[in-house]
Amino acid sequence: MTAAIAEAPPLADEAAQRTAGRGRVILAWLLILVALLAVWEGAKWFFGDPWRFHGTLLGVQVDLDHIPPFKNRIASDLSLPHAWLVAEAFINPAQRNGPPLGLILFGQAIFTFREALTGFVLGGSLGLLLGIGFVHSRLAERAFVPYVVASQTVPILAISPLIVVATKAGWISVAIISAYLTFFPVTIAALRGLRAADARAFELMRSYAASRRAILWKLRLPTSVPYLFASLRVAGAAAVIGAIIGELPSGIPDGLGSALLNYNQYYSSGPERLWATIIMCSLVGLGFVGLVRLSEHLLTRNRYRPDAAA
Amino acid sequence: MSEPTTDPTVDPAVVVAAGVAKTFGDGSLAVTALEGIDLSIGSGEFVSLIGPSGCGKSTLLRLIGDLTTPSKGTILVNDKPARRARQDRDYGMVFQAPVLMDWRTVARNIELPLEIMGYGKTDRARRAADLLRLVELEGFADKHPWQLSGGMQQRVAIARALAFDPKLLLMDEPFGALDEMTRERMNLELMQIWTRTKTTVVFVTHSIPEAVFLSTRVVVMSARPGRIARIVDVDLPQPRTVETRETERYFELVTAVREALRGNEGTDDLGLGGSGGTAAERIRAEGLA
Repeated sequence: MTAAIAEAPPLADEAAQRTAGRGRVILAWLLILVALLAVWEGAKWFFGDPWRFHGTLLGVQVDLDHIPPFKNRIASDLSLPHAWLVAEAFINPAQRNGPPLGLILFGQAIFTFREALTGFVLGGSLGLLLGIGFVHSRLAERAFVPYVVASQTVPILAISPLIVVATKAGWISVAIISAYLTFFPVTIAALRGLRAADARAFELMRSYAASRRAILWKLRLPTSVPYLFASLRVAGAAAVIGAIIGELPSGIPDGLGSALLNYNQYYSSGPERLWATIIMCSLVGLGFVGLVRLSEHLLTRNRYRPDAAA
Repeated sequence: MSEPTTDPTVDPAVVVAAGVAKTFGDGSLAVTALEGIDLSIGSGEFVSLIGPSGCGKSTLLRLIGDLTTPSKGTILVNDKPARRARQDRDYGMVFQAPVLMDWRTVARNIELPLEIMGYGKTDRARRAADLLRLVELEGFADKHPWQLSGGMQQRVAIARALAFDPKLLLMDEPFGALDEMTRERMNLELMQIWTRTKTTVVFVTHSIPEAVFLSTRVVVMSARPGRIARIVDVDLPQPRTVETRETERYFELVTAVREALRGNEGTDDLGLGGSGGTAAERIRAEGLA
């Protein structure tokens, strides 16, 4: 609502400022990545297993024999493989003469992404519908909300086998598990957002003798959009986790869940492959949340007060 | 000296309040916001409600708009119960805050009531364009509210309230959040709009000069409980212009309203409430003296 009195913001300068800001964000993002790698390898340098390297690096002969002064299992080559080994794992074939692991993981990531997207759409719609229902009926809200909260306190690992058995193992069952984790933040945000309009805006609607449906479409839903998108970012990450966890008991071989199980089993012989899978999982999550951000930007840009939509 | 511009006994009444009381809460926590309100507002009048905080002037406005219901008494709008009048969309409302929808452009904000009331698309667009001209915001149709200054936003709110040609305009301190300069300019613009549209206006304000400048009658209210203490007829000639604020009669009436307000502060001299005929005559006599 436009309760505050705002002078017209200078729109021309904003685009230039935004571009300058974006460059700095990318720089900061890279610096953090470098810092993370430094901490990772630093831990290995001081607490890890001996570093041995004999060969040419960028055309220079290197002979490295470094014995770390301390020892801690966390930094051993088994727990914390060298970062370059993890990077190499993406390129090396997963099986003899097979395609590179990165390519396989990418295919599995696409599969998991699709499940998560289905779950996200199902769960997001369910979450919004529940929110709309609760906002229109105090009784329904009071009666159902405890169950909604309870549903989220039950560990998903306990429920997912039930769902998989009940709906036959398949990507649908995985999507349902993903939806189960997705709807909750959306419902909570909808409950707030659908009520967030100024009290006088509701009075204005009353003065027009507006129907509940008109109030929903012309006031409640548009007001709730920034709230919903904030929750959809959380829900997006939850949808990916739900999809991966849902794959574990279903035995579907096509997703990242099975890759996690697989490389967990072969951890002692190749920890870097599990790490590569973990990185791929987080990339899927990042990509998913990034898409939510992008659609938020496209939907709310120039429609909502810039600070409210941010 | 001109005659009072309106006489509610002759003009058809748009608003009639009879024996209205409003109590909030119950039992020992009950607060009486309004008591014994009798008021008749004729067609084409511009009536201001003025009084100290807690005198119930906003509550009275909200009762007329059926945004809240009276504990006692009846309110008729266009000869119908207030609820019926609201359902028939007989009035437009303007609040202190513009209450515009951020996600809608200025034109689409003005079209909001028309959409809800089922007006056709071309009709909506035509009305929005007309109203933008009326409030002098032609170039801003495609801007969003947050790109406008406070005064401009409030003009959009007024245009929106007028969009469906209501017979009655209810305004709850519409210029209260604006600076003095903007407020005076908005007062002039509102006068022009009122002259052109012939809408009946009920206007809640804290500002004595604003009430006198705009109104055909000023209803002075007292607090705890809220009652009508006096009604001052404002016989300044129409149309009101910048010069109106510099006439002697204007200052006399401002003084009269101020004194009426001061009279309420200490003792509740409630005997003068009601139709306001005697009070109005007294004020007029004071003016002639």
